[in-house]
Amino acid sequence: MKPGSSRLSTVLLNTVTLLLAFAMFFPILWMFMTSFKTEQLAIQMPPQFFFDPTLENWRSALTNSPFLEYLQNTVLITFFAILLSLVLGVPTAYAMAFYQTKRTDSSLLWMMSTRMLPPAGVIVPLYVLFLNLNLLDTHLGLVILYAGMNFPLVVWMLRSFMLEVPYEVIEAARLDGVTLVQEFTKVILPLLIPGLAATALLAMIFTWNEFFLAVNLTTRDAAPLSVYISTFKAAQGDLFLAKMSAAATAAVIPVLVAGWVAQRQLVTGLTMGAIK
Amino acid sequence: MADNMPLDASSSTADTSTKAATQQSQPYKQEWRKFLSSPGILFLVLVTQVPFALAIWFSFTNWNLLRPGSEGFIGFSRMWRNYSRILSNVDFIPVLINTVVLTLSVVVITFALGLGFALLLNRPFVGRALARTLFISPFLMMPVAAAVLWKNIMLDPSFGFVSYYLRFLGIQNFYALEAFPMFTVISIVSWQWTPFVMLILLAGLQSLPESNLEAAKIDGASGFSMFRHIIFPHLMRFVEIALLLETIFILSEFGTIFVTTAGGPGIRTTNLPYQIYLEAFSRWNVGRASAYGIFAVILANIVIMLFLNVLRRNSKSAEVTI
Repeated sequence: MKPGSSRLSTVLLNTVTLLLAFAMFFPILWMFMTSFKTEQLAIQMPPQFFFDPTLENWRSALTNSPFLEYLQNTVLITFFAILLSLVLGVPTAYAMAFYQTKRTDSSLLWMMSTRMLPPAGVIVPLYVLFLNLNLLDTHLGLVILYAGMNFPLVVWMLRSFMLEVPYEVIEAARLDGVTLVQEFTKVILPLLIPGLAATALLAMIFTWNEFFLAVNLTTRDAAPLSVYISTFKAAQGDLFLAKMSAAATAAVIPVLVAGWVAQRQLVTGLTMGAIK
Repeated sequence: MADNMPLDASSSTADTSTKAATQQSQPYKQEWRKFLSSPGILFLVLVTQVPFALAIWFSFTNWNLLRPGSEGFIGFSRMWRNYSRILSNVDFIPVLINTVVLTLSVVVITFALGLGFALLLNRPFVGRALARTLFISPFLMMPVAAAVLWKNIMLDPSFGFVSYYLRFLGIQNFYALEAFPMFTVISIVSWQWTPFVMLILLAGLQSLPESNLEAAKIDGASGFSMFRHIIFPHLMRFVEIALLLETIFILSEFGTIFVTTAGGPGIRTTNLPYQIYLEAFSRWNVGRASAYGIFAVILANIVIMLFLNVLRRNSKSAEVTI
């Protein structure tokens, strides 16, 4: 191939790549644009690409509707679920990284397999348990389940990050006779911060987006955003596309941004550390 | 990489003996630390295994939440009743077929598209980071928000973006979710999962040692034969991991169906999770829904075992570690 023609085909391929990327993203962009239209404009045909944006839908989503209550539920449940999974997962990862036993490997595989069990297989017993423990429609109930869902991810990721801490550093500290807490906070934690951040971001993506457990185990008081979005309706007969777009956009933005920031760690987390 | 275990047997004995010389009590004091994993593991057992054990128990009862007092064991003579009822239910095979069709179609489509996108993105060019960011976005979206977006804003027969432009092909007021419900659900789920496959395959392509390709180029290998003999074999394990993980998660697909078709029309888009949902939360049939759940777990377990086998095999290679 002549350099000239190969250059041209490269430019062409790059353009095609960018166009395809834009096409994949377009529905999200269209939803984002619709959220700045009036309800009339949102249903106008042909679709309007250029218009005077209005903040009305965002104002109504963020003030007048129950959106804020659901958002608060999602934020609270996500935060405490990640916290609980870290509180339980960090010591587990520590033990499995530095105090391996014969059973460590099989425990790790078992943990991964629990993350993959279909939630539909246990939804009925969970409902019955929640009914008897008064956990239905409570924040605590979902926090416990989501912490359980994130726990294997936390252990897998943090363990692999801990294994990268140079062992000589830990050994030296131990020879100085540091306590467990000192060893963790002074030696391991400073090196673990990036890993912790990546793990928390990934756990956030899964928890924030979860729907199946949420819709079956909550009704109103503790229902998260995913439940609200799935049943979004305006008052009878009203147009709702623009308002719905604003609510849905607001619901997805935190995770979109988190995912964009954590792109590099996304692969590790999605495969439970199987690919680094 | 991660598997090089800094605490292999020799180094930890050396470590212990040094300390034993300087500080008698140290190694003894640290032994207990291996139990730091116990609270976490106990928690995971409680949250995942207890409900599963209960599901097995419930599947041998006639329990219906609308009939108090029906929660007892059916009795040995009839204990498989829920299972035999499910197997002889005319809806069971179609639901199973829907589950498999949905999962397999999505896996095939996302593999083809994901591989194509990964190859396109595996070349340095201006705007690559932007293209990658745009590509992965559908996967990050809350699945029910994606479903709501497609159903109302893109595919609505009167006000949908797609429906409008179909007019120019002579198709008026086309409602994809009614005309081709399964195909539409498959498309929406594929749109969400293509970035997942793309990301993992891209990671695979980027872990390919540059020197192998250089050597092949010097030997005069063509683009296609390089792909076939060098890139593809290397990529194979990433393909396996991506597709098996995807299969496991799409077997549990629920949100998209809940929002777009509610399993209909009829049962044309009802998959196993949706069937369990109906059985449990509109008929309140605990026994039957639990038995369905056991089927879902068995189906998933077959795939999980394949996945773990692939991981074990791969753990020996340098590029992939477990």
